[in-house]
Amino acid sequence: MFRNQYDTDITTYSPQGRVHQIEYAMEAVKQGSAVVGLRSATHVVLATLKRSSSELASNQRKLFEIDSHVGIAIAGLTADARVLTRFMRAECHNHQYVYETPMPLSRLVLAVADKSQVATQRASKRPFGVGLLVAGYDTTGAHLYQTCPSGNYFEYEAFAIGARSQSAKTYLEKHFESFAALSLEELCRHAILALQETVASSKDTELTTRNTALAFVGRDTPWTMVEDDSVEEYLLVLDAEDELEEGDADAARQQPQQPPAAMDES
Amino acid sequence: MKIGGGHVRGGGGAADGPVKVTQTPYVVGSSVLGVKCIDGVVISSDTLASYGSMAKFRKISRIHKVSDACVIGAGGEFSDFQEIKKTMDGVMIEQFCMDDGYVLTPSAIHQYLVRVMYGRRNKMDPLWNQVVMAGFHDGKATLGMVDQVGSNFESEVIATGYGLYMGLPLLRNAYRPDITVAEAKKLLEDIMRVLFYRDARTSNSIQIAAVTKDGVEISEFYDLETKWDYQRFVDGARSGDVSTW
Repeated sequence: MFRNQYDTDITTYSPQGRVHQIEYAMEAVKQGSAVVGLRSATHVVLATLKRSSSELASNQRKLFEIDSHVGIAIAGLTADARVLTRFMRAECHNHQYVYETPMPLSRLVLAVADKSQVATQRASKRPFGVGLLVAGYDTTGAHLYQTCPSGNYFEYEAFAIGARSQSAKTYLEKHFESFAALSLEELCRHAILALQETVASSKDTELTTRNTALAFVGRDTPWTMVEDDSVEEYLLVLDAEDELEEGDADAARQQPQQPPAAMDES
Repeated sequence: MKIGGGHVRGGGGAADGPVKVTQTPYVVGSSVLGVKCIDGVVISSDTLASYGSMAKFRKISRIHKVSDACVIGAGGEFSDFQEIKKTMDGVMIEQFCMDDGYVLTPSAIHQYLVRVMYGRRNKMDPLWNQVVMAGFHDGKATLGMVDQVGSNFESEVIATGYGLYMGLPLLRNAYRPDITVAEAKKLLEDIMRVLFYRDARTSNSIQIAAVTKDGVEISEFYDLETKWDYQRFVDGARSGDVSTW
């Protein structure tokens, strides 16, 4: 989008009725690396691509536990995400303290949305530059929400945000109608495959234990994060997919990535 | 027990003097009893608010419906119970206004009240009540209590006030895990009768509330039948005593 004379202030509308600063804040979310979320009737899975600024650096964590029944994946300004994480944890614990029950997802997300909206209507503030995928399980079932810097929030069967998330969304749109009845394992499989769509054309080129993390939560399943070496077994689905792509009968007989004949053989 | 008096409000002006908060109850309700059943939960109380030894307000309700699945009953200072009723009604209205279909469970309502009571106690300005919470949710009965200092627990049988001393042993003897609401109503009537005979602050006009899968049902006030023609009672304590002392 291009600069114009109505975009300097959060408190200024454009003649078209837009507040450009909010839209610029949503751009910050699109700059973050991809996160993917999807749910079945009983579980929600989040898969994230962790960027690192250099070989020497660690990969930026994007999954955060809020309570044992809810967690988030972030895309955008990490520091802003920390503020919202702290806020959500406080809200959940306060609810537990007063009512002795886990906070319902819809109310938690509403609290985040209302807080975000405040930052869009004060001359002294700027909008939060982070989008969240909120995954959780409460008395009404498994839920996946997206929050925006604008203060809007939406519930989804499956969604993706961040860089090249459109590719992941295309994959999810193809398969989402089957998600409701899937097991947790199958849900994780789809999450990894969807996330892989976002690296197919980028310099990352493949998901590794270093740049991939996932988490899930659901019925009888408290928030569980899978990082580093533990991710390996979830990434195996990618090898299985490679086999299927190379052809049916032949691929089933061959080892994947069969190396060429050794050079010292004549 | 005197509490809350003694510390002086500073700052000069007309407001100097000791801070006045609830130090002692004036108009009080007596016992509340409750028992969990296999198909619901029942609580009972009498309809009297006493002003010291005067039976001043003889037909008032000490039971209040909070939600379609939960009732509370209270003994202790009646004006503080009225405050609790207002507070809980306010909470339920707020919940309604959130308009998201989520309903506070009886346990959540109980815990909320606990936080209110404990918070007030920490400010040395308690709501001088013993509140019994009875609810039915997800096919299961819940029965709990919270008092003016915030002590709280859940149990199969609950009793407050004199009911604690005279009623609870009877409740415990009669309780079975498969007791029904109909049986429990009869049981509580019998125990309220005992309390009327023996507690000087309990009347024979009572009210019973039941919470089942069909919702909340709070009865009208009704009088208990009582028996005053036991022979020894009619004859007097010294009947049959031929001594001259």
